[in-house]
Amino acid sequence: MSELSVHHLLGIKYLKEQDIQLIFETADHFKEVINRPIKKVPSLRDITIANIFFENSTRTKLSFELAQKRLSADVISFSAAQSSVKKGETLIDTVNNILAMKVDMVVMRHAHPGAAHFLAQQVKASIINAGDGAHEHPTQALLDSYSIRERLGDVAGKKVVIVGDILHSRVALSNIFALQMQGAEVRVCGPKTLIPKYIESLGVKVESNLRQALEWCDVANMLRIQNERLDVSYFPSTREYVQQYGVNQALLNSLSKEIVIMHPGPINRGVEITSEVADGPHSVILDQVENGVAIRMAVIYLLASKLKP
Amino acid sequence: MSQKLLLNATEVHIILHRLACQLIENHSDFQHTVLIGLQPRGKYLAQRLTQLLQKDYGVHAIRLGFLDITFFRDDFRRSGKPLEANKTQIDFLVENQKVVFIDDVLFTGRSINAALTAIQSFGRPSEVELLTLIDRRFSRHLPIQPDYRGRQVDAINDEVVKVCWQEKEGEDAVYLVTQP
Repeated sequence: MSELSVHHLLGIKYLKEQDIQLIFETADHFKEVINRPIKKVPSLRDITIANIFFENSTRTKLSFELAQKRLSADVISFSAAQSSVKKGETLIDTVNNILAMKVDMVVMRHAHPGAAHFLAQQVKASIINAGDGAHEHPTQALLDSYSIRERLGDVAGKKVVIVGDILHSRVALSNIFALQMQGAEVRVCGPKTLIPKYIESLGVKVESNLRQALEWCDVANMLRIQNERLDVSYFPSTREYVQQYGVNQALLNSLSKEIVIMHPGPINRGVEITSEVADGPHSVILDQVENGVAIRMAVIYLLASKLKP
Repeated sequence: MSQKLLLNATEVHIILHRLACQLIENHSDFQHTVLIGLQPRGKYLAQRLTQLLQKDYGVHAIRLGFLDITFFRDDFRRSGKPLEANKTQIDFLVENQKVVFIDDVLFTGRSINAALTAIQSFGRPSEVELLTLIDRRFSRHLPIQPDYRGRQVDAINDEVVKVCWQEKEGEDAVYLVTQP
């Protein structure tokens, strides 16, 4: 297969396994490109992309912008904080105004689940979901799987545990879909209050003991406690959370095998993982960031190739 | 679909030896020269010439790389079928080096145009030459000509020149294929 089966990247659940493999193969080529002395290709020189972020982002926004610039696309970026959204403009009006300026593709992050899906039905542009509420964050899941493939050779047959705030995490949901689609086994681990009630209906086992979860897995994906989304208290104290669900070097050393530590960032150092672990040999956190650019280049390139000139 | 044999294995081998000798004439020990096979089909010709230079002519210090031009093509979104990328493998800088592009067939010149842009990602070559096994006359869209050519062929637009290699297709030969 040399073409994606979709016109938008709204979520992993709308993709087929072949789509993921095509994205990975294309990302392999782009990873070579971004390690050249001149890291740019002219493929998208006639494409304009708008990055519309209704929610804060550092890594994802920078990574998307860099990916677009490495492909020679024209880029306009927009943050809701400095926009007319504050004056009461609707989502469709905002986006249609941007599209009236002849934009071909929109990368959007929004606080509401389904926002990207809604937009894809309403406007004529290719939409990439850069995170919609607690729903999906497909490019993060793709780069996570790509990093596992890079470190361990394959995703199929691997055991991955996602630790932390699963309830508020779009990264967790997209990762579960992506990993299962590629034949990996997924478990989640965290305080009961931060595990969604029906998670087992996705074929995901819940493990409440961190040590057992780490003994079981090949890869641990550590998630941040999303304090900004915690409307009530989900656990007694950060100190207690660290004691039960924080990963430190001593815990890793006491395991019977070596595991890979991942984190989508931003890290709360000393909470979900210690600095020693984050910067240590088990960690692939900075590889994830590098792979993020290559994966986003691949997604943008493949979606752009379906746009008619 | 009908096909006519343009070059048989013996003729291909004679041409390869001639091209290798012409390269030696201009580049002697290849100290400041790098060979770049253009993906996907120029790779086989580049590998063959490298083997010949090393085994038959004793030129051992040859630097060979492969350049994929997919992301530099000017027909992205314009060609009917999706473009598939191949591996680029250039483990050296081309800064101040003489670069020889190697491709099987020179047709419109657009691939070479893309390659001229793509190679700049690896440095600024002191000069760039072009070697092709087949030069299709009267079909150029751009002012690009080969410095070394195996055979010049006159073909009309709906004809395809197919280059076969022993290691890929099981025989060394060049055919002129007429599309129905």
